[in-house]
Formats: sequence, structure tokens, C-alpha cells
Amino acid sequence: MIAMQTHIRSSFSIFWRSFRLATWLGWQIESNWADPFLFAIYSLIKPLSSAAILVIMYSIITQANFDSPIFPYIYLGNAFYMYVGHVMTGISWAVIDDREHYKTMKYIYTAPVHFPSYLLGRGVARFIIASISVIVTIVFGMLFLKISINLTQVNWGFFLLTLLIGVVMLALMGLTLAGVMLLLVHHMFGVGEAVAGALYLFSGAIFPLEVLPVYLRPIGFLMPITYWLELLRRLLVGRVASSFPTLQSFSNVELFLILIILTLFFAVFSVIVFRACENRAKELGLIDTVTNY
Amino acid sequence: MSNVAITASILPKDSSWKLFFKTVLARAYPRLVGQQREKSWMFFDIFLPILSIAAYVYVYRAIGAPEEYIGFVVMGGAMTAFWLNVLWSMSSQLYWEKEQGNLALYIMAPSSMMAILLGMALGGMLATLLRAVVILFIGGWIFQVRFVIVDFWMLLLVFFLTMTALYGLGMMSASLFLLLSREAWHLANLAQEPIYLISGFYFPVKNLGFWLALSASLIPLTMGLDAMRQLVFPSAAQFGFLDVRFEVIGLSVLCFIFLLGARFLLNYMEKLAIQEGRLTESRR
Repeated sequence: MIAMQTHIRSSFSIFWRSFRLATWLGWQIESNWADPFLFAIYSLIKPLSSAAILVIMYSIITQANFDSPIFPYIYLGNAFYMYVGHVMTGISWAVIDDREHYKTMKYIYTAPVHFPSYLLGRGVARFIIASISVIVTIVFGMLFLKISINLTQVNWGFFLLTLLIGVVMLALMGLTLAGVMLLLVHHMFGVGEAVAGALYLFSGAIFPLEVLPVYLRPIGFLMPITYWLELLRRLLVGRVASSFPTLQSFSNVELFLILIILTLFFAVFSVIVFRACENRAKELGLIDTVTNY
Repeated sequence: MSNVAITASILPKDSSWKLFFKTVLARAYPRLVGQQREKSWMFFDIFLPILSIAAYVYVYRAIGAPEEYIGFVVMGGAMTAFWLNVLWSMSSQLYWEKEQGNLALYIMAPSSMMAILLGMALGGMLATLLRAVVILFIGGWIFQVRFVIVDFWMLLLVFFLTMTALYGLGMMSASLFLLLSREAWHLANLAQEPIYLISGFYFPVKNLGFWLALSASLIPLTMGLDAMRQLVFPSAAQFGFLDVRFEVIGLSVLCFIFLLGARFLLNYMEKLAIQEGRLTESRR
């Protein structure tokens, strides 16, 4: 019994140490190439530009009618979707970065590091950057684009819990993708972007799923991000977000339960896929294969 | 005397323009042939822009936009292939070469750096053209876009001028990137969405207002895309920023400025990089 407790404590200590140090390392990699001011500008220009493209497209067609419920739907969906690009793609990108660019993968594997915890830690810096971008984008929308969020009426506890579960789900999806990346050696920089792009299209992030052709809609209903984005939108702008028929029949609690179930599914799925891919990569000698950066 | 030395003394020595053109072809070759060998790259180069195109097309459909806008998005999406190529395979190319240790070899070789950059541009342009055409056809087919070419020769001229000016800009910025280290990656990354925004890749640039659109015209794709839309969609003339003839003049001026600027900057930056010892520096 004591031996088991010691083993658990020791394992947790390794998980935590790997996660903590990878978080620090990830932050250094992401941020220390420039001075803080330049880095802040860099972190904000990209997300604000992608939001501005949608705002201009919308305002051209609707003559800037920002009161329509479709506008907050598009704007908030796009804002929260930044987490997908940063967290999910960021975790999987760490595999390519360490293996091909820094060429440190073999050292990480030979060090007393829990590799999945390390990868999750590398995603934290991206999560922080994404959070800043999301907050700035939403505040900009509230100040200048009539995004009407009544801050006193938002159920902040529910909102933050939903946000947190969604980020965990994205991290687990990122871990699955990282496992796949271990097997792909031909500089597969496109895989993460392709998955993020496909999710952007099918999860109803910037348009209701009804706009998609009928045969493509079921893909959207299978994706946890669809429910996560819908719930976040509803929790911030209430009835406006639920005025589209896509998920109208689900209550907030039902959406939350679906999100929890899908997150649990991904937790199990990511562990199985990652282990299988990692073992296969070791068998094939791909762990430290460099294909030229 | 070794075999190598004997062979070298028999072979005629290329110099001047002959060496210049041979270098251009030699550097274009890996771009043209090598890029086609990695099939997965070709898939992602085509698949990713189509995903973006689809997302923006469905946004337009969700807000009830006229059908012309679907065509604008498909065309803008196809042109992103060129911008990404200039950004990642021209501007930041010397940074990649530095990372791989090739840059020092380029500098030591008895050929012109301008020829190397020109070869990169030529090969990259032709390889990307193939991808852009496929994107245009697939996008056009999926979203039922009707292209009606108003003036074929004018369209060809606009495309040629746009590409010359764009790759001239790429060559010019490549010399600036010569001084950069890992900032290069971040700066190239930064120049995607903001440029899509100000160059009107997904909407007519006219909507940004005259002065902003004029400033954005320093990027050749702004005027090039606007002119090509006017020449491919007859109804697009009303959405055009400037008359096509003015845009042709503007693009010609940009060609001249960027190609000349590339030559000047390359010489200057190479000297500066040698002085500051940055040519073989690798800060990851």
C-alpha cells in the first residue's frame, strides 16, 4: 500500500515537473524572440486582422447592420475559435518543432520526462496568447461593433467552466494529433492546419450549420467544438445565439452534458491513439528522424 | 593530376550572362521539380486554401451576398497560393538557407545572388501557378462560379505584371530577411492575415476606402487581384478600385521599383550581414 502511494506520488511529481517546465519552455520559445511591446503587437494584429476580414465582409453585404443576430454569431464564433488554432495545433506542432527544428526530441526522450505531459505543457503558452487575443477581440467588438454582452447577466461560473472544459478537450485533440505527427516524417506542417481548417468549416464557427449542404451537416454534429462554441455564444449573448435552428432543441445543460461526454471520449481516445502512435514510431525508428527543416 | 582537376580544366568556364542564366535555371529546377515530388505538400497547398475559400463562401451565403462575391472569394483564395509562396519560399528563403547551412555556400559560389533569387522566383512562380489553377478550377466547380473573360490578353498582361512585381517584392524582402534570425519565421507568419485584409483577398478592396486601398496597392496583389476580378467577372467593374488601365500602369511602376530595389538591397544587405557576422548565425 505504501509502495503504491509512493509510486503514485512519484509519477505525479514527474507529470507535474514535465508539465511545469514545458510550460516555461513554451513561453520562452513563443515570446523571447522580440521585446514585450513588439510581441504584444504581433500577438494582437493577426487575430484582429482575421476578425476584421469577417467584419468587412459582413458590413459590405448588410450595410453595416450589426444589430442582426448573425453578426454576434459570426464574431464570437471566430473569436473563440482562436483557441482551436492555438491550443490544438500548438500541441501537435511541438512535435515537429522539437524533432525537426530544435532537434531535441531524442534528448527529451532520454530525460526523465513524461512526454504527453511535456506536450500539454508546451500548449499552455499558446493558450495564454490565445486568451489575450480572444479577450481583446471581444472587447473590441463590444466597444466598436455593437456586440451586446450584458456583463452582469452572464453566468460567469458556467461560462468559465465551459471554457475550461473546451480547452481541455482541445488539448486532448492536440495530443491525438501529436501522436499522429510522431509517425509522419515528411515535415507535416500542413496536418495541424488542415485539421483546424476543417473544424473551422464544419463546426459552425462562423456560420450556422444550415448553410452547409445537407450531406455535410452530420460532420458538424459529430464535433465537440460545435457544441462548445454554441454554448459559449449562448452564455455571453443569450437569446441572440439560440435564434438559429441548428441546436435550438438543446438546452444549455444538455449542450454542457454533450460536451462533457465528448471530452471524456477524447480523453480515452487520445491516450490510446498517442500510446499506439508512440510505440509504432519507436518501432520504426522515427522518434528523432529529421527530414530537413 | 586528379580526375576532377582534369575535368575542370577541360570544361569551358561559364561567365557573365551565361553563368547568370545557368544559375537561374539551376535554382529554378528544385522549385519546379522538387516541389512536385513531395505529393503531400501539393495536397496541402491545394486543400488548405480550398478550406478557407469554403468557409468564406459559406459566410457570404449565410448573410445573403450576391453570387459575384462567391467568385471574388474563389479567385482571392487561389491567389493566396502566390502570396504564401512569396512569403515562405522567397522572403524567408534565405533564412531557411541560413538555418540549413546553405547560405554560406551560396555566397562562396562564383555566381550572382540575384540569379539565385531570380531562379527561386521563376521556379516558385511556375510551381505555384499549377496549384493556383487547380484551386481555381476546384473552387469554381464546387461553388458553381461562372468566369467570363472580358479581355484575355489584358488578363494575361495583368497577371504577368502582378507576378513580376510580386516576386520582385519577394526578392527585395529576401535581402531584408538575410539579417534576421528566428524573428523571420514570426514576421512571415505575421504577414498573412493582415495582408489578406488590406489587399482585399476576400472582398473588393474598394470597400476599404480610397486612401487605404491606395496604400495597400504597394502590395502588387492588391491591384493585380482587383484588375483580374474586373477582367474575369463582367459585373465586377462596379466593384473595381481603379480602372484596369491605371492598374496596369501602377503594376508596371511596382515591377520597376521592386526589381531595382531587390538588386540594390541585396548588395547592401549582403555587405551589412558580412560586416555584422550574421550570414552564418543561427539563433533558434
